[in-house]
Formats: sequence, C-alpha cells, structure tokens
Amino acid sequence: MTNLMSRNDLLLFAGFTLVVLTMPIWLAPFGAGYPDLLQRFMIFGIFAVGFNILFGLTGYLSFGHAAFFGVGSYAAVWSFKLLTLDAIPAILFAVIISGLFALVIGYLCLRRSGIYFSILTLAFAQMSYNLAYSVLTPITNGETGLQLTLNDPRSLDAVLGQSVAGQPVPNLLGQPLSGYAGFYFCAGFLILAFFLAQRIAGSPFGMMLKAIKSNQTRMQFTGFNTRPYALSAFVISGMYAGLAGALLAVTDPLAGAERMQWTASGEVVLMTILGGVGTLIGPVIGAWLIKYFENILSALNDQILARFWSFLPDGAADTMVAITGKFVGDGWFLTLGLVFVIVVIFLPGGIMEGVRRIAGMFRRRSGSSPATRTQPAE
Amino acid sequence: MFDVIFLQFLNGLDKGAAYALIALGLTLVFGTLGVVNFAHGALFMLGAFCAVTVRMLLTMETVTIDPEQLSPWGSPLEIREPLVQAWLGDFGAVLVNYSVPLSILITIPIMLLVGIALERGIIKHFYKRPHAEQILVTFGLAIVAQEVIKSVFGPNPIPQPMPTDLRGAADIGAFLGMQANIITYPIWRLIYFVFAAVVIGGVFAFLQFTTFGMVVRAGMADRETVGLLGINIDRRFTIMFGLAAVVAGMAGVMYTPLLPPNYHLGMDFLVLSFVVVVVGGMGSLPGAVAAGFLLGILQSFASMNQVKAIVPGIDQIIIYLVAVIILLVRPRGLFGRRGVMEA
Repeated sequence: MTNLMSRNDLLLFAGFTLVVLTMPIWLAPFGAGYPDLLQRFMIFGIFAVGFNILFGLTGYLSFGHAAFFGVGSYAAVWSFKLLTLDAIPAILFAVIISGLFALVIGYLCLRRSGIYFSILTLAFAQMSYNLAYSVLTPITNGETGLQLTLNDPRSLDAVLGQSVAGQPVPNLLGQPLSGYAGFYFCAGFLILAFFLAQRIAGSPFGMMLKAIKSNQTRMQFTGFNTRPYALSAFVISGMYAGLAGALLAVTDPLAGAERMQWTASGEVVLMTILGGVGTLIGPVIGAWLIKYFENILSALNDQILARFWSFLPDGAADTMVAITGKFVGDGWFLTLGLVFVIVVIFLPGGIMEGVRRIAGMFRRRSGSSPATRTQPAE
Repeated sequence: MFDVIFLQFLNGLDKGAAYALIALGLTLVFGTLGVVNFAHGALFMLGAFCAVTVRMLLTMETVTIDPEQLSPWGSPLEIREPLVQAWLGDFGAVLVNYSVPLSILITIPIMLLVGIALERGIIKHFYKRPHAEQILVTFGLAIVAQEVIKSVFGPNPIPQPMPTDLRGAADIGAFLGMQANIITYPIWRLIYFVFAAVVIGGVFAFLQFTTFGMVVRAGMADRETVGLLGINIDRRFTIMFGLAAVVAGMAGVMYTPLLPPNYHLGMDFLVLSFVVVVVGGMGSLPGAVAAGFLLGILQSFASMNQVKAIVPGIDQIIIYLVAVIILLVRPRGLFGRRGVMEA
C-alpha cells in the first residue's frame, strides 16, 4: 500500500474514514446524530467531492451539475420501478445513465471555456429542468415527482419470486436500508468516492487536470490535446453527481424536478467554495456545514431565540430576538448568502485556507519557519 | 395568417424589451468594468420593489373603528381613510393611480446610489480576480438581496395595478388600416415597449453624443491608454455601473403591472438575460439589445400552438436551445467583437 499512496495520503484517508464512521457518536452532542441528516451529509459530500474534481482540478465552473444529480435520482427510481427494489442495480444504472448524459453535455460544453462554459452548462441544466416539468412528464411525472407504487412491474423481483407487502421501499439484498443501515450504506460510498478522488488528484491524470487549470494554452502548445482530459473529468464528476442523486433516491424514493433547478447547482458551488476549492477534504466539510446549519438554523424560531437571549434585559432581548430572527428559520438563506459573500471576499480558498493560515501563524510563532509553504492546488 | 404572425411578433416585444433592458445593463457593466455581474437580476428586482414601496407609502391609510356603526358582517365598522387623498384631495387620487410610472422618479436616485455603493463597496475589489470569483461574489450578493426582500415584503407576489386610463387594449390592426379587432394589444405592453426603446435610445445617445460617453467608449476600447492620458477612468466606470443599475431598476418598475413582483423575480430574469448577453456577444451593446428582442420574439412564436404541435415542449427550451447553438457555432455571439472573451 505504501508504494501506492504516500504516508500523508494514507493518514488523511484513514483519518477521514474514521471521522465518517464515528459520525453518529461525535455529532450527537451537536444535535445532528440522527440517520436522516447523516445520510444527507454523506450524499451531499459525494456530490461536492465530485464537483470538485471538475471545478477544483480543471477550473471549469459548471452551473448545471444539479442536472446530473436529478438524472441520477430519476434513473434510480426507474430501476426500482422496473427492475428490482435492490439498491445496487439502481445505483449502477444511475451512475451509467448520468455518465452518458454527462458525456453528451460535456462534449458540447467543453468546446468553450470560462464564462461561456458556465452559461452553456446552465443552459443545458435549465433545459433539462424545464423539459422534466413539461414534455417529459411521462418519464418524470412532472410536478408530483416520480414515486414507487404497488403496481410497478419490478421484473427482476417478479422472476425471483419476491413480493412486497405494503409500500415498497428500497433494500439491500433483502435488508431494509432505513435508519443507521442507510447511513452506513451511504458512508461506504462517500469513503469510496473520497478514496477515488484522492487517487485521481494524485495520479498523472490528476496532474493533467491541474495543468489545464493553471494554463491550458501552454498545455496545448506543448502538444497535449487537453479536451479528452477535461471531458473525462466532466464525466467522472457527472457520475459522482449521479451517484449522489441515486443515493438520495435510495433513502427517499421520490424524485422531483426541483432537484435539477439551477439554484441546486448553485448550492453545490457554495459548498465547494465554502469548504475550499481544489482541496480534497474542503468540499466535504463545506457540504456538511451547509447541510448542518440548514437543518439547525431553519428549525430555530422566535421562542427558542427568546430563551437564548433571556439573560439580557427585556428591551434588549426583544431587539436581539427581532434581529437574529431575520437570520434563522425561513431567513437562513440570508445567513448563507452573507457568509458566502464574506468567504469569497476575504477567504477565496474557503475554510481550508483559513485553517492553513491559522496553522501558518502558529508555526511562525513557534519559530521554526518552514521554507516551503503549502500552496493551494491550482 | 399574417395577422397571427404579427400578433405573436407583438407579444414577443414586451418580454424582449425587458430582456433587452437587463442585457443592456449587464453589457454596460461587462464592457466597462469587465465584471460578470450575477447580481444584475437582483437590481431589476430591487427596482420592482421600489415601485411596491412607493405604492405602499401612497396608499397608507388610517383605520378608525367606529363601535356605533356595524359592518354588514356584524362587526364594528372600520373606517379607512387614505392619507394621501385626505391631504391632497383629487390630486392624491391621481398620484395613487399613477404610482407605477411615478415611482420611476424615486427609483432613479435610489438605484444610482445602490449601484455606486455596490461598485465602490465590493465589486471594485474584484477587477483583477478571475471571472469565476466575480460570478461567485455577485451570485452571493444576489442571494442576500433576494432574501432581504423576502424578509421585508414576504414571499408572495404583490400585484401592482396599472393606471386606470392605461388598462385595456389598443386596436393596432385598425390603426394600420386592417380590419378592426383582429390585432389588439394591451396598452401597457405597448407603453413598456416604447419606454424600453426610449431608454435604450437614451443610453446609446449618451454614449455616442456626449463627451462623457466618448471617454467611456474610449475606456472600453483601451482602458490603459485612457488612464495614461490623465483621465480618471475608474470614476467614470463607477458612474456607468450606477447607470446600469438605474436601467435595470427602471425596467423592473415598469414591468411590475405585467408580472406581480416577488423575491425571486431577479433570479428568474437573470439566467435568461445572461443567455441573451451571450447570444448577442459579450461586451456588445447593440448585440445585447438585438438578441433581447430576438429571443423575446422567438419565445413568443415558440409558444404558438401550431409550433408546439410540431415540436412539443419547444416553448420551454427555445431560448436555451438558441443559446447553445449560437455558442457552439459562433462563439463570440451575434455581434461580438473579435477577441473579446472569445475562447
């Protein structure tokens, strides 16, 4: 193993695995130790890691990644409906379909770069979203969303003679995937996704992608055809999004078109930037933080705030409740927007850059100034 | 057949006018400051909410509850007294009736201030940073703006009535010497189109015929040289940002009677107007205007039943489809200059 991965990479991977698997324990004091939220952490972590393979390594900013996420969800639900309730075929099917979808869209979009690439991906995603709501209703079930019913054919299950009583739910080899089983299922995929991303970033292929980001023209002058590399990154990242979408369908078998809206694409961009673009662990942290605070802040209301500020004198407490009330509950997006603006202005490298800066400060104070400062991957 | 096509053409004009106005502002900002402004749709929305605020202020009323009299439902009668009418009489009623066009007067200074504050406060620091970061910070600002509006005005659309005299439809067919009542067109949409044409003409005239405009055009072509000549080009560009904000705001104000504004109005228009800008060619003002009208009209043709019968769902995707085709075939857009953001 050591000749495959450097010691640092191995440590990072082991640490990451440990952190993920023990999440139900150490997140419990923060009010997040329940499977439903943890599954979301895993799913959006995968989404962000995949997005970072494209944006972080090659620098192509896609504003349409939610389309692949949505396609993954739809594909998984169709697999549940037509083939079997088992999760593995659904995930394979979803990853393949979203990969093909990404291949077509990526082939077209990667003819342009910069802002044009962003607009092209945005245009394709909006087209998919609008079509899912209108003409493709037979496939997507329009506004109602695609869901499992008792009358689905499920040909594979029928051949194997399995039948379900009551509302059909996705399972894994007959084991139901509810609660912590579902969490560990998703966690396995996140760890796998992280491992693959780590291998990609460290491989010669990953070096190519980073080279595309720093100077594509020079790459081309040296004789490299950069497009196949960028296209591979695009497809891989689309497959990650499809995997995340499929996992969301496994935990909650209802696929709706709103998962493909461009604001959903914007959300994964926010996660990646907030955590630290181009780093391995940053996007995952960004996804966790956003999902955590989305959950916590949007559940707060004025009574809870009033209790929190009750140590202040009456008038001051009321004012504080009124002010903070604007930022929680329905207003949590305002907080997110503000934090995001502040991060982009002052800390373009996201949380990971902040950590690095603080670490650098301590190192300088201790006197042993290392000559090599770690550069962000770009 | 001709009248059907002509009618669809007219129907496309007002939406096209809105796209053209927003795209014009976006292009002004991109052409002068080189900034990709994802917050431009938010400026459109802020303008619309200026109109909402003005109307709210004009229709403020005092409510006195008279326990002697009973309303038909048996509860004490509420006597509502509109303040403006009470102070100004009939003139007050006229003010309320014409609140939408009147709010333009207030929108202009507000949007100018907002634009200049935005540019000096935040966007100034992003000239030298990559386009991706400009997109991100303005995208964040757009979220903040729409959430602030949502928390002040609530999530529901707020309808704005148009002045009573301007309701109804104009019989354009009869005006052009055709049969009466075949081609009728709502008066307010006509006004919107004329208004857009005046604003667009005004911006072009300002850039073409004033010294200020000449300096700005020179700065758009070659910023450094103009700076070396001792001209403070940054200040002029800041004012252009304010002007772009004013154009977006006015477009928003006048659009409120056509579409009740809510907080995500800006985001809805933003995506489309970016597509418009790209189709017209980044940095080309005539391109932005032409593409705005072109896409508005195309969209209106695509929503005809005859067209939808041939290609189902085309009305939903036509704009994006056109954008994709244009970008792939002609990367610098319809009117784009060679070498501007061409990649």
